[in-house]
Amino acid sequence: MTGPGDNAMKNGSGQDGVIECRGVWYRLEGDRPGAEPRGRVLLSDLSLRAERGETLVLLGRSGSGKTTTLKLINRLLEPTSGEVQVDGRRTTDWDPIRLRRRIGYVIQEVGLFPHFTIERNVGLVPQLEGWPPDRIRARVEELLRLVGLEPAEFAGRRPRELSGGQRQRVGVARALAADPPILLMDEPFGALDPVTRTELQSEFRALAARLGKTILFVTHDVREALLLGTRIALLAEGRLVAIHSPLDFLRATQPEVKEFVSALGIGEKDFIL
Amino acid sequence: MHIFDYILRNPAEVLQFTLEHLALVAIAMALAVAIGIPLGIALTRHRALHRPILGAANIIQTVPSLALFGFLIPVPLVGGIGSRTAIVALTLYALLPIIRNTYAGISGVDPAVVEAARGMGMTDRQMLWQVEMPLSLGVILAGVRVATVISVGVATIAAAIGAGGLGMYIFRGVAMVNNQVILAGAIPAALLAVLADVSLSWAERRLASR
Repeated sequence: MTGPGDNAMKNGSGQDGVIECRGVWYRLEGDRPGAEPRGRVLLSDLSLRAERGETLVLLGRSGSGKTTTLKLINRLLEPTSGEVQVDGRRTTDWDPIRLRRRIGYVIQEVGLFPHFTIERNVGLVPQLEGWPPDRIRARVEELLRLVGLEPAEFAGRRPRELSGGQRQRVGVARALAADPPILLMDEPFGALDPVTRTELQSEFRALAARLGKTILFVTHDVREALLLGTRIALLAEGRLVAIHSPLDFLRATQPEVKEFVSALGIGEKDFIL
Repeated sequence: MHIFDYILRNPAEVLQFTLEHLALVAIAMALAVAIGIPLGIALTRHRALHRPILGAANIIQTVPSLALFGFLIPVPLVGGIGSRTAIVALTLYALLPIIRNTYAGISGVDPAVVEAARGMGMTDRQMLWQVEMPLSLGVILAGVRVATVISVGVATIAAAIGAGGLGMYIFRGVAMVNNQVILAGAIPAALLAVLADVSLSWAERRLASR
């Protein structure tokens, strides 16, 4: 069993927390007989690598293959060809349950269990992993504080008694519960109002720097990408267009990148720089 | 009007038929739940089962109830005269609402919740017991309620194949052209149906409000 903080220590291969896609193709399977044998291609020849401790943002329009890429990493999907490696091991060689419990997963709709209290929601993966109850309780309290929710006030509540921003905080706490070395975040702040979103973004930025986890963060918002990413990978129509640090991203000359940069308001670019 | 006269003069017999009726319905519902809920779950796991199972349940539902009892009499093992045949018929009749609601309930669980659960590394079994079943219990129970209320009514026909129950009074009363005797069967049957409906809706609401 892995406790908080010991993931880094039991690192043998030097590949822990590393995510790598090598020549990954993903196409939808034609589900109708007589349909084209090859379905729509969602990812074409995608290769990228996220190093331990970095926040790699996958930026792109809707349908560019960002979410598909995330789902290939925790094996909610399997590549049609090519391979996805987590901790230096192909996802198809992992037991999917073990793999997913090493990866925190946060989605835009949050997906809290409405019939569980906040405490049970956050403590779910530790509970599945068979932690003793007092250790789960202590961990839940620690995490709720970490995401800025007072445990005494929130632990016993149900998700529907929380605001959208509070729910998303719980979603982040839940993903961190078993201290996974990797976090996958699929537009986690996309459904929040602008003020709450900004608040959570800046808190998350500080949190990410402190936690030292490998984070893959999907967004279509170039501001969010620039704010949170240590590197930004731009996807378009299932292909990787470019990977840049935020600064290089602003200066990059690829037309697809420029399109995104031009979505920033006048002066905003200089403000970020 | 002395509609209760017959009931008041024969309380022991009315009670006996009521209990017989209740037993028929209770056993049939227990069987239908034991078969229907797993089938409904299976439908959510294997789309290919969808047509054959729901199709079969639908066809059974369209057979007039009296005919279904009749059809079963010559069938070996389950058939014959008596309560066993009646229970089989009632069970078959109750399957459709239970299967359909189990399927609808589980398919209706918020996809975000299901995706989060899978993404967090829940096994299929954990998903079912910790997420899908608790969240669809209200809908499943609504199916059980509908099936129970139908069963209480349909079970009156069981008397036609010698299975006893409150239908005894109804058939007897029709033959005797005696409304009091008919009502001695119809009133307790209606009360049973209302009781089943009220108590199961109460359970449904309790589960839904959790």
